[in-house]
Amino acid sequence: MEVAIIKYNAGNIYSVECALRRLGIDPVVSDSPEVLLRADKVLFPGVGEASSAMAYLRKHGLDWVILNLTQPVLAICIGMQLLCSHSEEGDADCLGLFDTKVRRFVPQTDGQKVPHMGWNTLHNLRGPLFKGVDEGSYAYFVHSYYAPVSTDCVAQCDYITPFCAALSKDNFYATQFHVEKSGAVGVRILENFLAL
Amino acid sequence: MLAKRIIPCLDVKEGMTVKGTNFVNFREAGDPVELGEFYSRQGADELVYLDITASHEGRKTFTDLVKRIAACIDIPFTVGGGIHSLTDVDRLLNAGADKVSLNSSALKNPQIIEEVAKNFGSQVCVIAIDANFEDGNWICYLNGGRIPTRRTLFEWAAEAADRGAGEILFTSIAHDGTHGGYACDALRELHRQLPVPVIASGGAGTMAHFKEAFLQGEADAALAAGVFHFGEIAIPELKRYLSGYDIPIRI
Repeated sequence: MEVAIIKYNAGNIYSVECALRRLGIDPVVSDSPEVLLRADKVLFPGVGEASSAMAYLRKHGLDWVILNLTQPVLAICIGMQLLCSHSEEGDADCLGLFDTKVRRFVPQTDGQKVPHMGWNTLHNLRGPLFKGVDEGSYAYFVHSYYAPVSTDCVAQCDYITPFCAALSKDNFYATQFHVEKSGAVGVRILENFLAL
Repeated sequence: MLAKRIIPCLDVKEGMTVKGTNFVNFREAGDPVELGEFYSRQGADELVYLDITASHEGRKTFTDLVKRIAACIDIPFTVGGGIHSLTDVDRLLNAGADKVSLNSSALKNPQIIEEVAKNFGSQVCVIAIDANFEDGNWICYLNGGRIPTRRTLFEWAAEAADRGAGEILFTSIAHDGTHGGYACDALRELHRQLPVPVIASGGAGTMAHFKEAFLQGEADAALAAGVFHFGEIAIPELKRYLSGYDIPIRI
């Protein structure tokens, strides 16, 4: 199985490479349209800032490539947010695959911290990505922006407000949490994705 | 519900984990990669890897070690020690670190916090503060607790958060290595003043100390080294204990 990771100006791609290697997969990290379009699975991970990431994707023609992927795609963290229609981070128009707008967390009471950082519980799990994952399992989140709960939501989390922990539509799967950093739960989700 | 985090700290010198008592005397405590894997399996929520001699001797954090840790463990980890520039940050993040911890370099050049936050996001930027309570003030120290500064804990932490720090890791120098408990009053004050998470560090000796850091100190995470490295406290037992007090914990 050929697994490709989209190479762009976001950080922490190496962690996703490592997570795949631990599962016996040797991923290719690439920004080549040919490599990405023909891979069996594509991952779109990263930690970064939405407007600069979108600018980079457009400049390198990767926006078109991503929207034309037909194999299973797993977007993680900023990757998930970039698949939404817009992000308040840098007022960025994004790829629009998921018809939802990414907003910044606004603390409602004292003591609520932003970014939302740490292990939080997953609820209302749906679909093949969460096969064998228990309701209330913990996953690792680090983010200041969130996608509100919407029809494409296949997992929910609650921090300040209920928000979307995972989205799914057609061949696209996306998690706000870091699958590659979520211990045994993350491994299971990654295995589920690779088995699609 | 967002869980309180238990964070073993891997202080590393010349490739080996060490634990200082009041920052000066060291006992060796094992291979950092092995320890990282062990803690991950035990249920640690995060790891911190500090090249503790880096700022003193001007050495760079060992990128290769960071790569090895990233290859082996599947929980987040922070690296610190000897990080002076965006190039250092970029190199460590690319080696698989999730966050970088800045201490002396941020005190000397606060602007670096904005640069890191702008280029990589606030969430990767942990500001570590070593402070000591002297004559009614928490004085911030440079270089692993060796050199006092004119800055004080609360105003520096507030400035760091304002400049874009994503977390504050506060170590009380007087408590560190004593096994006598965390500096809970200062922790609670930090928690109440800051818009970002606070990690308690320095002083863990018993499971009750962790409970106090969360309930009295209102910390978001508690970090410890020696009690874990020498098996004085086992993480699974600690987490069960904390759960018993209705503290949200990932088990």
